[in-house]
Amino acid sequence: MQAAPMPVASTEPILSARGLTKEFFGFKAVNGVDLDVYSGTIHALIGPNGAGKTTVFNLLTKFLSPTAGTIRFDGRDITRTKPADVARLGLVRSFQISAVFAQLTVLDNVRVALQRQSGLATQFWRSNAVLSRLDARAAELIEAVGLSSFSETLAGDLPYGRKRALEIATTLALDPPVMLFDEPMAGMGVEDIGRISALIRKVAAGRTVLMVEHNLNVVSDLCDRVTVLARGEILADGDYAAVSADPRVREAYMGSEHA
Amino acid sequence: MSSAPISNAPAAGIGLPRGQQRLTGLGSAVATIALLALLAAPLAVYPVFLMKILCFALFATAFNLLLGYVGLLSFGHAAFFGGAAYFTAHAAKVWGFEPLLAVLFGAAGAAAIGLVIGFLAIRRQGIYFAMVTLALSQMVFFVFLQAPFTHGEDGIQNVPRGRLLGLFDLSDTLTMYYFVLAVFVFGFFAAWRIVHSPFGHVLQAIRENENRAVSLGYRVERYKLGAFVMSAFIAGLAGGTKALVFQIATLTDVAWQMSGEVILMTLLGGLGTILGPSVGAGLVVTLQNYLAASGLPVTVVIGVIFVLCVLVFRRGLVGEAIHLLRRRAQGLPRR
Repeated sequence: MQAAPMPVASTEPILSARGLTKEFFGFKAVNGVDLDVYSGTIHALIGPNGAGKTTVFNLLTKFLSPTAGTIRFDGRDITRTKPADVARLGLVRSFQISAVFAQLTVLDNVRVALQRQSGLATQFWRSNAVLSRLDARAAELIEAVGLSSFSETLAGDLPYGRKRALEIATTLALDPPVMLFDEPMAGMGVEDIGRISALIRKVAAGRTVLMVEHNLNVVSDLCDRVTVLARGEILADGDYAAVSADPRVREAYMGSEHA
Repeated sequence: MSSAPISNAPAAGIGLPRGQQRLTGLGSAVATIALLALLAAPLAVYPVFLMKILCFALFATAFNLLLGYVGLLSFGHAAFFGGAAYFTAHAAKVWGFEPLLAVLFGAAGAAAIGLVIGFLAIRRQGIYFAMVTLALSQMVFFVFLQAPFTHGEDGIQNVPRGRLLGLFDLSDTLTMYYFVLAVFVFGFFAAWRIVHSPFGHVLQAIRENENRAVSLGYRVERYKLGAFVMSAFIAGLAGGTKALVFQIATLTDVAWQMSGEVILMTLLGGLGTILGPSVGAGLVVTLQNYLAASGLPVTVVIGVIFVLCVLVFRRGLVGEAIHLLRRRAQGLPRR
C-alpha cells in the first residue's frame, strides 16, 4: 500500500512489519501497517492523538500480540516471540510514562539493567555486594546521561526530565542494536528537550532508533526518516521535508478531523 | 566486603540511600541481641510455647518473602505449611526418618506443591493471583482430607521426635528447642539472604515496575516462580518442624484459616520488613495462648487488634518503628 521504501544507509530493514493489525473488540487500533526501519537511522513515528503509535510500539516489542500481520527483526520472525525474549534479541523499548524503579537508587536502576547479561541475576545464595562489580560500567552509563551527581538518589525523587535520562541509561545498559523510545520528550520543558535530543543523537551512533514523538521541531532536527500514522493506518512515509509537504499529513495535523 | 574501589558506598548499604545505612548497623545489633535472647529464653519461658512461636515466625517470614518483597499475595500458604507437616510426620512415623531428614523431606514436598501451584498462579495478577492460590490450596486440603496416609480427621498422631543425626534425643524438650531454633535461624537467614541477593535485587525491580523489567529482558514469570518455590520451601521447614514439636499433623494446618492467619501475622508485624513477620507471629501466638486461658473470645480480640493496626499502624509494628528511625536519621545533620 506504500510507495517503495527510499534507499537509505542499508538496503535490508533491521525491523520490519507487514500488514500489522490490532483489533480491540472490533475496533481496529492499528490496521495493515507496513513499516520498515533501516539500520543506523533515527526513525520517527508521528501522528495525531489516537493514531495508534503506542499500539504499534507495543506490537513491535510484543507487549501486545497482533491480530494479524508479521514482524521481522534482524532476519528473524518475532511475531510469536515473548516480550522479554524480544528484549534479549536486542530490541529494547522505553515507555511513555517514565519507567524507572522508583524505590531504587539511580545506581541500582542501572545495575538491574546490567545484571542479566553479566550472569548476576539468578544468584539467590550470594550477597548483593557482588553487584559492586557492575559499578564501573554503571558509573559510565550514568555519566553518559549526565546523572553522576544523582547516583545515590532514589529514582522516584528525580525530576521528570532526569527520569527520562535515567531510562535511556538503563536501555543503553543492554547495549541494544535497536532502541524504541515512546515519546521521550513528552511533558518536558525547553531545556530538557534540548538535553534529551542531544542525548538521543549521541546514543544513536552505531544503533538504530525508532521513536514516537509529537514535537515536530525535534523530529525535523533529529530524524532521518518519518512515518506518519493516522487512525491506525500509515498516511505517509519518507524524509521530513517530503512528509511535511504532504497535504494529507497537513490535514491530519491541522485538525480537520471528520470522524 | 570492601572490594569496590570505584564506589565509595559501603557494600552493606546496597539498595539503601545514604541516610539509611546507619540502620544496617542497627540491624546487625538487633540480630545479635535477638539471637542471644532466644538462646537464653527457655530459662524463663515455657519452651513448647517458644517453639510454637518460632515455627509460626518462620512461616510468616516465608510468606513475607513473597508478599513483602515480590508483591505477590498468596492466599494458599497453608498448603505448604500443613502439607509439609503431613510429609514430615509420615516420614518420621512410618518410614522412621531421622528428624532433620524428615523436616527436609517435608520442606521439599512443600516446594513441589509450590512449584505446581506457583506455575498455575503466576499467570494471574493481583486479586486473581490470590484467588487462584486459594482455590488450589483448597484442592490440596481435600487431597489431605481424603488421602489414606493422613488419617482424615484424626491426623497423624504420636509422631516420634527421634534422635537428631542419631545423637541427640529430641524427646528432651530443651534439646528439641535448640533444634527448632537452629531450623528457624537457618530459614530466617535464608529468607534474608534471598532478599539481599542479586536475585532479590531483580525481584525488587519486578515489584517496582514489572513492565520495565520485562523490557529489560527479564523473564519475570521465572523469577516469580523461583521466589514462590523458595517461599513454599521455607514455609515447609516451619510446618515440618511444627509437626515434630507437637508430634501431630492435622487438617488445621492445611485449612484456609491458616493461610489467613499468616497474612494477619505479617501485616501486624510489618510487611516487607525482615523482622516484622516474626514479631507479628509472636504477638498473635502469645495472644492466642493467654486469651484462651482468660475466657475472652480470641478471634474477636485479634480482629479488633487487626482493625486497629490497619487504622493506626498501617506499616505494622516493626514497619512503624523503622519509619520513625528513618525520619530521625534524615533529620540529623550529615557528617
